[in-house]
Parts: sequence; structure tokens; C-alpha cells
Amino acid sequence: MDSMEGNLALAKLKATYPDSILETKEFRGDITVTIKKEDLLSIMQFLKDDEELKFNHLASISGIDYLKMEDVEGRLAVVYHLYSFKNSRRLAIKTFVSEDSLEIDSVYSLWKTADWQEREIYDLFGITFKGHPLLKRIFLPEDFEGHPLRKDYPLKGRGERSRFDYEER
Amino acid sequence: MGLESRFGDNILTTVADKFINWGRKNSLWPLTFGTACCGIELMSTIASRYDISRFGAEVIRFSPRQADLLVVAGRIVIKMGPVLKKIYDQMLEPKWVMALGACATSGGVFDTYGVIQGIDQFIPVDIYVPGCPPRPEDILNGLLKLQKKIERDTVLYRER
Repeated sequence: MDSMEGNLALAKLKATYPDSILETKEFRGDITVTIKKEDLLSIMQFLKDDEELKFNHLASISGIDYLKMEDVEGRLAVVYHLYSFKNSRRLAIKTFVSEDSLEIDSVYSLWKTADWQEREIYDLFGITFKGHPLLKRIFLPEDFEGHPLRKDYPLKGRGERSRFDYEER
Repeated sequence: MGLESRFGDNILTTVADKFINWGRKNSLWPLTFGTACCGIELMSTIASRYDISRFGAEVIRFSPRQADLLVVAGRIVIKMGPVLKKIYDQMLEPKWVMALGACATSGGVFDTYGVIQGIDQFIPVDIYVPGCPPRPEDILNGLLKLQKKIERDTVLYRER
């Protein structure tokens, strides 16, 4: 893996979107770029379509809850792990989502694999993805209340069930 | 016995309950509802080394309508609850339920909102097998205990 200075994707991103990049981090050769939420879709489009970079594979999307953590731009974060089959390079893109507006652009239009992963994040963190074709719960029962992967969701005392009446289908 | 001496070797008199229960306990057809590691132990119990067919329960039915014994092997989460309830309701009487392992019995180590803390909260359980997961010997022991329970059953009037 190359260092931060020699990373082509990072250099190109910095040249093309100088105002959108909030922070860059390197850990053992893997680079994470924190960007502004508003520019997510255009940056992703750029990373996917650029002839030299060609990040054609969305490896995973994760949600993070930074409850009670100091110095973060928003409480929740979404991390996209991209992979380029052409160059064998990885890149992580991170955006923060504040509790005031839990909405973020869906990347379903770029990578179809985002479908279920965005539903999972919606299910467990409550982040809504604008432009997703079918944003509904994927793991939990459809009438479940709350988003249990958030740090303030109690381990016990909320959401338990022990009665199962037949539902109309 | 008076009757038997009159008819010779061809007739045997007994109590109806005893005869029917003998048949029932020795031909339990289990439906295996394996959702976790207990299901693996259950497979081992069914396979040739421990050989559940020694106790007449080797005919595994994956249709609830043909099964007598529902073996719940593993944790049941709140989304699986309605499925299990429906399967139990589809089984025909007489039916029995075995809660296999700590999770099906009490939620086990999964003491959280998502896991039902014991399936007896919504379906009646006849026998609990402890262990995490229980060894095949424990499962067979549970089956024998259940057979003892079936022996005490009455055909015309069921207690539960």
C-alpha cells in the first residue's frame, strides 16, 4: 500500500474537491477520507467513473454512532469502503450525519449492492437514504420501534416480545 | 387372565391407555427446529454414532403436520417467534415440545431485548434439556424422560 503522499486517489480528490474534504487519515496503509455530507454523491460518482481510479466495487457500508464523543461533526457517521479491481486499491469514505437531519444521499444509483446495506443502516441506526428504492426494515420486525444499534438503546427493557398474534397478510 | 386362556395365544388384554401410550412413546416423529449450535448437537444425536432410532424417534419430519415432537434447538429471536408459534399451531395433537439447551429454555447468555427469554412464554414446553449446548447423551436422556411422561398420559383426557 502506498503512503498518504503517494496515494493517487487522495491527490485527485484533493485537487478536484478541495472544499469538501474535512479530514484524511491513514492507518496501516489504508486511507480514510472524511467528506462533507452534501458532496457525497458527486464524490462517489467521481471515484467510480474516473479512468485512473475506477473504484468499481463498493465493499461495504457501515454506520457508526459517536454518542458522547467529543469533537465530531455529527453524532452518526456512515463509512463507505471502496475497492478498485483495476488498481487493487482500497479507499474509505466517511461522512457525518447529525441528529438534526438524518438524511443522506443513497449511492444505490452507483452501486446496486448498496440496496440491502443501506436498508440495514436505516434499520439499526435510523439514517434515511434519499433516493433508495425501497427503504424499509430488513432485520427487525416491520412494526419495531427504535433503532437498536444506537448507543443509547438499552440492552433490556425496550422492544421485547413474547406474544405473537397472527398478522393479516 | 380369564379371557386369554379362552382365546389361546392370539389375544392379549391390556389397558387402552397403556397400549396407545406405548405406541406413541416409541414412535415419536420429531420436527427439528434448529436455530443455533444446539441444532448441530441434535444432528449428531440423530446420526449413527448416537443413533436416536434406538428410541424410535429417527423419522425426522420437516412438516409440522406429520410431526409429534417439536424440538426447539437454539435461541428464538423476536422475529422468529411468530414462525415458531405458527409451526406449533400447525402440529396435530397429540404433540410435545422439547426446549433444547439454555437458549430455548431461558434465553441463555443472550440476555437482551432481541432474544425471547424462554420459549415457554408463548408455547407450552414438556421437557427442558439443560446444557450449552447439551451433549447428545443429554438429548437422549431428555427423550427418555419425555417417554416416561408420555407413559403417564391418558388418551381420553389430556392434562394440559
